[in-house]
Amino acid sequence: MGKYKIVHYLNQFFGQIGGEEKANIPPEVKEGPVGPGNAFNNALGEEAEIVKTIICGDSYFNENTEEVQNKVKEILQDVNPDLLIAGPAFNAGRYGVACGGVAEVANDLDIPVVSGIYPENPGYDMYKQYAYFVETSDSAAGMRNALPDIVQLIKKYIEKDGDLGLPKEEGYLPRGIRKNIFAEKQGSKRAVEMLIAKINGEEFETEYPMPDFDRVDPVDPLEDVSNARIALVTSGGIVPKGNPDHIESSSASKYGKYSIEDIYEMTSESHETAHGGYDPVYANEDPNCVLPVDVLKDMEEEGKIGKLHEYYYSTVGNGTSVANAKAYAQEIAQELLEDGVQAVILTST
Amino acid sequence: MVKEIERAGIPVVHIATVIPISKTVGANRIIPAVAIPHPLGDPNLAKAKQKAMRRIMVEKSINALETPVDSQTVFEG
Repeated sequence: MGKYKIVHYLNQFFGQIGGEEKANIPPEVKEGPVGPGNAFNNALGEEAEIVKTIICGDSYFNENTEEVQNKVKEILQDVNPDLLIAGPAFNAGRYGVACGGVAEVANDLDIPVVSGIYPENPGYDMYKQYAYFVETSDSAAGMRNALPDIVQLIKKYIEKDGDLGLPKEEGYLPRGIRKNIFAEKQGSKRAVEMLIAKINGEEFETEYPMPDFDRVDPVDPLEDVSNARIALVTSGGIVPKGNPDHIESSSASKYGKYSIEDIYEMTSESHETAHGGYDPVYANEDPNCVLPVDVLKDMEEEGKIGKLHEYYYSTVGNGTSVANAKAYAQEIAQELLEDGVQAVILTST
Repeated sequence: MVKEIERAGIPVVHIATVIPISKTVGANRIIPAVAIPHPLGDPNLAKAKQKAMRRIMVEKSINALETPVDSQTVFEG
């Protein structure tokens, strides 16, 4: 086979179009490599080259998924590449979902996909079967390592003509796919060996990790909403103007608790967003469009709800680790219970 | 966050634009939002109209909190 023909998928940022203010641009195609694509091309050398780059805004992709997927399908059918590189997306949620969504399309067309992602990025769990995802760090600062890792996997893929081995051996994240292989020892022997290792406190590796079904059953609904105390929580980073607790614009290390007792609507003078992962123009102009305090105060006044809890809780859900988000929510939940809150409206951007 | 609050026994309604993410994080009552940077607003509309639209979305959220569900449910329309 000659030189591998590659199409590269990038968001508006890595595609060098712009930041959050350009996150709503529809997909476009550019000839050859763009941004990190140039480094990929250099590293891939004689074996492969990026012939086209698809660039799409992260918000546009997530708000118009089907439309973009159809467009990507057309482009891929037209170019007919041997492989697609998506991202890498690190821990950028919308970008990870976009890379996965593009991988799904390519997979349907039998085009292999190599991408890079931080394992907590929701895009990984949603689309893991469609791409070979190389594990990256949680921020773009990890590009230095992600790039050679992705290139190495592509080279292996080409060398082995698509017949890659196990995730750990080859350097990609598990795809949740089972393949038949010939083992030297029969199953019963392997199982007993594993058991003995376990009893002896030695390391062993399961051949079939149990899926992690961490689901919480729905709680019973509210019986009498006109007497219920309802609280607002957001991952959209709405904070009092000036961000008094200095909640970080990404990878937030804290959350804030703010009084809305005497506030009847949020204004551009009173509140703003600390979130660095979406275009802040709208939220800064009218914070109610992220945290609907105005409407809930009206409904409280009209007796439609019992009480809007005097405090709201806010953090920035932008590259924030799952462990941190979990810990914040546990603390928040405990306080809400102590304050007699019966239901929560949680808004996300 | 949705999951941990619900785990504590408080029903949560999640207003979010990217429904697949909301499902992945384990929300049980989901209200589709308008857009990522303005989930409960639409800058193309006049202020009063935006608020009216927001009111409808919040009422839908409250209805969702009053509705028994036995699995992840997206309250459309």
